Amino acid sequence: MKIAPGVSDVNFAQALKQFESVVGKEWLFTSDEDVALYKDAYSPFYGEAEERLASAAVAPADVEQVQAIMRVANEHRIPIYPISTGRNLGYGGSAPVYSGSVVLDLKRMNRILEIDERKANCLVEPGVSYFDLYRHIRANKLKVWIDCPDPGWGSLIGNALEHGNGYTMAPYRDHFGAHCGMEVVLANGDLVRTGMGAMPGAMTWQQFKYGYGPYLDGLFSQSNFGVVTKMGFWLMPEPEVFRWGTVLAFGYDDLFAMIDELSYLESAKVMTATTRVESPLLFGAFKGPPPATDLVTLRATPGGASRESLEEYAKRTGTAYWSVILRFYGSDKLTAAQWEYARERFAKRIPDAKFVDGDVRHFPLSDREANELLDKAPLGIPSLEAFSMGGRTPTNPTPSLGHIWFSPIIPMTGEAVQECDRVFRAAFAEWGVNPLGLPLPQLYHERTFFQIYGFPITHDSETNRRNRDTFKRMIKLAAEHGWGEYRTAPAFMDACADTYSFNNHAQRRLHETLKDAMDPNGILAAGRYGIWPSHLRSKQS
Amino acid sequence: MNRYTWVGGLAALLVTAQALADEAPGRRVFSQWCEACHGVGEDRPGTLGLRAKYSGKLPALLEERKDLTPNEVKYYVRHGVAMMAPFRKTEITDADLDLLARYLAHSK
Repeated sequence: MKIAPGVSDVNFAQALKQFESVVGKEWLFTSDEDVALYKDAYSPFYGEAEERLASAAVAPADVEQVQAIMRVANEHRIPIYPISTGRNLGYGGSAPVYSGSVVLDLKRMNRILEIDERKANCLVEPGVSYFDLYRHIRANKLKVWIDCPDPGWGSLIGNALEHGNGYTMAPYRDHFGAHCGMEVVLANGDLVRTGMGAMPGAMTWQQFKYGYGPYLDGLFSQSNFGVVTKMGFWLMPEPEVFRWGTVLAFGYDDLFAMIDELSYLESAKVMTATTRVESPLLFGAFKGPPPATDLVTLRATPGGASRESLEEYAKRTGTAYWSVILRFYGSDKLTAAQWEYARERFAKRIPDAKFVDGDVRHFPLSDREANELLDKAPLGIPSLEAFSMGGRTPTNPTPSLGHIWFSPIIPMTGEAVQECDRVFRAAFAEWGVNPLGLPLPQLYHERTFFQIYGFPITHDSETNRRNRDTFKRMIKLAAEHGWGEYRTAPAFMDACADTYSFNNHAQRRLHETLKDAMDPNGILAAGRYGIWPSHLRSKQS
Repeated sequence: MNRYTWVGGLAALLVTAQALADEAPGRRVFSQWCEACHGVGEDRPGTLGLRAKYSGKLPALLEERKDLTPNEVKYYVRHGVAMMAPFRKTEITDADLDLLARYLAHSK
């Protein structure tokens, strides 16, 4: 058992005894075997001294127990680290940022407190996963959709607080942006409701975000100022129809017009679904057949294939240089009109663009149809399909042990995509590294791209060390170009926070002012997103 | 039928009855926690991974395996393997893990 530095054995033992009296013996975990379950399964410090380890875990059943635990933790100065479903894999999992913390495991708080089909919203506890809410909706045949991230076992609350994303329409696919109202236990055990929830008996807690006075909700995301115990979310009314189509372009310079049009359609709310720009010519489709032999040969041209030869190949064979899938939700007529309008706009800017109609699906789906569907996320159906990436296949006999991701936010322009590709390609060549990656950008949020690079987790310390070094160099290099990480694993939280340094780290200083005021004993989630309590700050600098 | 045969037959009946009684709740645990990865479908990473691993020598679907023991099931749930992270006791309780282990060990 790894007790946090500065915590005495006596205080720790007393705190555990009190935790046990709050939650019952069954829900306090102190044995090595049980506490090991709180390791980060995707830790880039696997087996090293810096691996983040819990000292114990305590699992409350309700908000009153969370409050009692926070009071005990304050009394004995015990560092506490809340998790919701603990499935934030690639971003820390169920392990604390600060080793020796007691994990506050909120998985047992798994009630769907309210779901309103007419108003299309819900109120849930932290232990509710996307699978849980989806199953509840299907079992009750409700005409609302959830929006889920790649893995469906995550917590709605945890993912939103991490600024996670999904795949349906805006605003639902921005999970924090689609929330409405919170209940929060502060570090001192006090209980706050935000937005309209601050008014006893308010009728619109899950409909009107702002309530009265300063908007507080952002303080509790990517932070350590409180434990969110309830959160409301807007749900998407089930559409009648989902339609998709693909835009194909064959010239290198078409990238710029393609992204301009995508940006216009997104901002004008014509096409508001998550998508990504792909290059069948350069990289192959994200999920597609292997490339033709002559294309493989062309790509492998010593010194790189020339732009002219690639364009000639693209036009001769009909292999798109660039492609993008557009997704529409609504009625048959509405989505047909949206797709037609989108085609008109692309055709004006890219005269030789081609358009391929995708499927048109009508709702509701039967259980069997929903279950058998591939690529479920754009229809708000949770799955674990994403874990196929790096999994064992006939051509990949050694499966990955997991991944961590570096995802700088870049402008939604062709120029930015081109520059980001140039900068990192040159850096990788200079550094002699080759991160995994989706080589082209992902449109998660409405106005920006995520440029995603991945690193496999291994059980080899030297490989993990090299990958951590590369990750940190990428954070710095990205920041030098104005590209910032949006979310990261504990191993890199300080490094990313360092890059948000305007005016001599004014943002960090403000975070620290808030931390000292709201959590004076510094017990809650020390180090999360680079925010350290005063007694640990000097050790991080 | 001598006494020992009768007792043996009764024991077999009891074991079978126990297996059937275990199957429904064990199936519930499987459905809740395992099926999204280990169910039927080309989007189930666990099934795809085991298909590649065993190349037909063993079934890719856990529910079709006849060789699994309860202890093996428990080991993988609590320790994980490859990309599969372990499951905590707040997710799959020890009692539910017993049901799951018996269910998968009995699956035919």
